Amino acid sequence: MSTDSRPYIFVIAILLALFGFYNYVVYNTDGYVAVEKLSPTAVKGQQLFQSNRCWSCHQLYGLGGYLGPDLTNIYSSEGKGPNYIKAFLNSGVKSMPQFNFSEEEKDALVEYLRLVDETGIYPNYDAEIEASGWVKIKYRNETSKD
Amino acid sequence: MNSKAPIYFLVFAMIALFLGMFFGMTASFQYLMPEFLKEQIPFSKLRPFHVTSVISWIVLSATGSIYFFLTYVEKFKLFSPLLAKIHFIIFLLTGIVIYFSFAFDFTEGREYFAFAPILIIPILIGWILFGINYFKTLYANMRGWPIYFWMWGTGIAFMCYHLMEAHFWLFDFFRLNFIKDFSVQWKSTGSFTGSWNMLVYGISIYLMSKIKKDSNVATNKAAFFFYFLGLTNLMFGWAHHTYLLPTQPWIRYVAYGISMTEWIVLASIIYNWKSSVLKVEKDNNPMAYRFLLATDFWIFINIILALLFSIPAINFFTHGTHITVAHSMGTTIGINTTILFSALFFIVHQLYPDFRTDRKWVKRGFVYFNISLFIFFVSLIIAGAKRSYWMFVLKEGAFSEMQDSLIPYYISFFIFGIAIFVSLSIVAYPLFKAFLQKIKS
Repeated sequence: MSTDSRPYIFVIAILLALFGFYNYVVYNTDGYVAVEKLSPTAVKGQQLFQSNRCWSCHQLYGLGGYLGPDLTNIYSSEGKGPNYIKAFLNSGVKSMPQFNFSEEEKDALVEYLRLVDETGIYPNYDAEIEASGWVKIKYRNETSKD
Repeated sequence: MNSKAPIYFLVFAMIALFLGMFFGMTASFQYLMPEFLKEQIPFSKLRPFHVTSVISWIVLSATGSIYFFLTYVEKFKLFSPLLAKIHFIIFLLTGIVIYFSFAFDFTEGREYFAFAPILIIPILIGWILFGINYFKTLYANMRGWPIYFWMWGTGIAFMCYHLMEAHFWLFDFFRLNFIKDFSVQWKSTGSFTGSWNMLVYGISIYLMSKIKKDSNVATNKAAFFFYFLGLTNLMFGWAHHTYLLPTQPWIRYVAYGISMTEWIVLASIIYNWKSSVLKVEKDNNPMAYRFLLATDFWIFINIILALLFSIPAINFFTHGTHITVAHSMGTTIGINTTILFSALFFIVHQLYPDFRTDRKWVKRGFVYFNISLFIFFVSLIIAGAKRSYWMFVLKEGAFSEMQDSLIPYYISFFIFGIAIFVSLSIVAYPLFKAFLQKIKS
């Protein structure tokens, strides 16, 4: 049994230094594709998305709830889009509660989902799966793949 | 005389567990009957109650167990029993406020932290008080700490950091860039889980060393190697949650590389299977022993699943499906809850050495719990596989049609969820009574 804790403290100190540097880089790294920042209207839409707990049932990029569909590309999906989103919001279909959003609130939610849609693609059907186990995802507005 | 604060934490934790399971069952019923009470108590309202309650169970029972081990078993003089009491009162009051805020729809937060962001302040204060008490109590004996002291200290420190990180979205620097914001949100969530795992896994090693009466379990070099491996994963392995997010590729490369180191953990579990479990001295702590045995099984199952979907090519198909839910249920119930129940049985035995824990109904409850959890887990795996098939093979049909096709698995999920609730209640009842008796004494 080792009674000397100094080597362990040394390893922890190195890991913490790496963690600090890593966090600095992660926090200062934008997404792979440059997109416009959330506008004040989109921020309001995001607030509504949070305060109405839309994430309980819906996903963005496959992260969130499982009771409703993923909304990452609902804005640009064929046969869907802004009017479809607005129609759903106050309809109370299936397990979705009937909300009473004002027109302004509906516009804000649509604007938020428009900006989310611009950031990327999910599910990413054009991704390439490599023998190494790596997946090259297809980025929005890009013809090349990483 | 020892403070009763650890017992208060444990009672509070058990109440949170049963409320959490109750909310979970009610919410899961809406998968079967989507229109059931959806205007009065929609799924979106029940889910935060469920998630917050079950996380509280894990965190509070881990906290209560650590306070108990330090003061009742190790006989350390706590730096400040008053701080421990204040810690408990802060968590109790904050918990009540959070419940009210959910009931009245003050839910401006995000998944896992749905409450109004201001409420993170008392939660953080509680963790800081715990940290002060913990480190001040143990600082005097810095040399030769067994691994569980390192793990608990690490868990407390990283819990403070990641609770703050989970609220970085309040700053425009993060919030206005959706991808960065979303990455940091899931980074913090993954590491938050890693932090409580440090607390809970530390408890499992503590129990092993105490039940086996072998301190080498917690002081050998291999134990420290796995601690550092776990810490590295906590810090850098989170991005396997976000492989499909258009972040910079290097973030995902790092996560892939780091996540794969967990194969070493799996190899070690297989290699040490017999020595880690079968030699455990079980006579004095039969139920604590049984729950640790169950933990080993659930670790084995879940680590295989986690390792597989940490490979991007597999994650591509499992991400966003119920397979992820199976993993989170398998780890929080199968691993965390079995370790924590083992700790509760160990604690009751410490409080009342003559207390007979392996009564017939308790043993039956334990068996039914594990069988129910296994079927619950498999139902989710099948539902996830079917959803993945719909997403990547069929690529057609409405979402609601896919949901309807999963109803047999949701029925199984619901029924065996109830079975988990009932069997755990049977197991927990004598423990809860014993803790109440201790509080009254």
